[in-house]
Amino acid sequence: MSDLLKKMLRDMLLARAFEERAAEEYTQGNIGGFLHLYPGEEAVGVGVLHAAEPADYIVSTYREHVHALVRGVPPGAVMAELFGRKGGCSGGMGGSMHLFDRERRFMGGYAIVGETFPVAIGIAYAIALRELPEAVICFFGDGAVNQGTFHESLNMAALWKLPVLFVCENNHYQIGTEIHRHSAVAEVYKRACAYRMPARRIDGMDVLAVHQASREALAQVRAGNGPQLLEFETYRFRGHSMADSGNYRPRVEVRAYEDKGDPLDVAMAEAGMDYPAAARQSGDHIGRLAEQLGRDGHLSAEGLAAMKVEVADTVAKAVAFAADSPQPVMADAEAALDCNRNREVLI
Amino acid sequence: MKSGECLYWQALNRALDAEMVADGDVIVLGEDVGLYGGSYRVTEGLYAKYGEWRVRDTPISEGSFTGLGVGAALVGLRPVVEIMTINFALLALDAIINMAAKIPFMSGGQFPMPLVVRMPGGVARQLAAQHSQRLEQTLMNVPGLRIAVPATPQDAWWQLRQAIRSDEPIVVLEHELLYFGKGPLDEHAEAPPMHRARVCRPGDDLTIVTYSRMRDLSLQAAEQLAEKGIEAEVIDLRSLRPIDWDTCIRSLGKTHRLLVVEEDSCFAGAGAEIVATLAERCFFTLDQAPRRVAGRELPIAYNARLEAASIPSVSTIVAVAGAMCENKGDLP
Repeated sequence: MSDLLKKMLRDMLLARAFEERAAEEYTQGNIGGFLHLYPGEEAVGVGVLHAAEPADYIVSTYREHVHALVRGVPPGAVMAELFGRKGGCSGGMGGSMHLFDRERRFMGGYAIVGETFPVAIGIAYAIALRELPEAVICFFGDGAVNQGTFHESLNMAALWKLPVLFVCENNHYQIGTEIHRHSAVAEVYKRACAYRMPARRIDGMDVLAVHQASREALAQVRAGNGPQLLEFETYRFRGHSMADSGNYRPRVEVRAYEDKGDPLDVAMAEAGMDYPAAARQSGDHIGRLAEQLGRDGHLSAEGLAAMKVEVADTVAKAVAFAADSPQPVMADAEAALDCNRNREVLI
Repeated sequence: MKSGECLYWQALNRALDAEMVADGDVIVLGEDVGLYGGSYRVTEGLYAKYGEWRVRDTPISEGSFTGLGVGAALVGLRPVVEIMTINFALLALDAIINMAAKIPFMSGGQFPMPLVVRMPGGVARQLAAQHSQRLEQTLMNVPGLRIAVPATPQDAWWQLRQAIRSDEPIVVLEHELLYFGKGPLDEHAEAPPMHRARVCRPGDDLTIVTYSRMRDLSLQAAEQLAEKGIEAEVIDLRSLRPIDWDTCIRSLGKTHRLLVVEEDSCFAGAGAEIVATLAERCFFTLDQAPRRVAGRELPIAYNARLEAASIPSVSTIVAVAGAMCENKGDLP
């Protein structure tokens, strides 16, 4: 277990460092368009994706850099895609919101809220038809649950027992509208019961809890027992995107997550997690995991420092790779559009 | 029915069956396509033959079951999604336009999209405004999509099979009044390229460019025009994206007159693109301004007389084409 914990901590540190660097590069003008960052939500992506098998498929949203990184997409290919370069994982055609990696079964970031549901059930339909022991992990936010596709797709997934794990990253805001102002039922997991789908709500700031719940659910899903839904309560420390200051959120609320202690301690206690007092004081789930690892003797202070150095180096190399990667030309765009033409003569 | 003839829906049905036999990755899904056999009988018999996993009756969730087709295509299935009528496709446009047409591109060319979306459409018989639409212009403006508009059983057979075999996303627009029309079908004849236009009737005096059900009306009009000494060349485009411009341009080189006949309403319709491109490319070939015979700028009325008057008729085509050729004897 300790190796897994270390890997998860390392990926969370990488996620934080990568995203903070992306924000800097955006400010420098090296990244354009919309840039949705993940700080605050790392425990969800890292915990879920460390429970995934290589044969599982990932369908993600426009806040998906970290999902791609944890899935194993090279950091340089992710950063180059943010830079819009040819070396990006989508060849510079997709950008921040459309990361794809066929080899790693990373089936894309989708930028229209609610699109991940039908894509996920379609992949799952193929898995079920072929009777394979694979699962689809479908990420979405709390804002997506009021799209028709959420209900339509959950219905079909349950009706045909499709192998999908629906993963809600509930950060409580659909851009600037708090969940109690956008949803009549603010507990996302409760909606699954309308489709007789097993569902749980988990503390999304606790990577161990996230990982354990995901592993259990995925085992059921892969075994052909039908879809499941996990709602992870989390929080983004930044605005919705780089264009958003997030100032609609009460300062005290942001502080509560960042500094003053985690309002989800109760849930953690219920889950039987025994965190040291210092970690409990901190709402920062990365700090919490580091403390746990230290307390259990899995990771020394030196080990943690070395990990941070390695992560900083990885991010620096990713940026260097992106900056050195050539710009795609129009012929590359045309090739991407006609990639499936094969030898077909149209006219 | 003569031997070698069949109905349009039967040609589509045989095409689906042929491709499903040949390739286990071909699946059919949509509302009532299975047990019921399809609203226009196109999927009749397939459920019994291939089972529910390959012929899937879906809930009424156009957006998500079309999107399901997209997801399935990403991992190598070859889904044929039937949208019961094109009117319901408005609920599936995100899956078609934002997903199917764009994923191969925005993934940098990593993913195939062997998706076919079939949609019956057009003005049928008193189905009223919400069930009498022509949305081809909405789909024509989407890079990454291909659009086939088969007008005969033979083309239905060829083009649906070609669409299923293609790795690109293709919309097949089927006209509701064509399903029970019959025509020759040679299952063994070699197919022309999927998007090549066909000269259905040769003529020297004007070129009528048309597609789908308006092909039949244009051919009838051409016969009446011939009685008046006007020989119209009728081109069935067979495809609206891409469009076979070369066939049109060759014809205009002979006739110097262009008439586009479409059921779609005129403003910013398919005919607008056809006229614009051919005017750009054949400006000095044309003897006069191109004309369009098209649907009126109205939603389609339930009333049968108003409905008929809202879309082109044989007599309108004859009148406009006749007027265009009025002075043909004066030309050098």
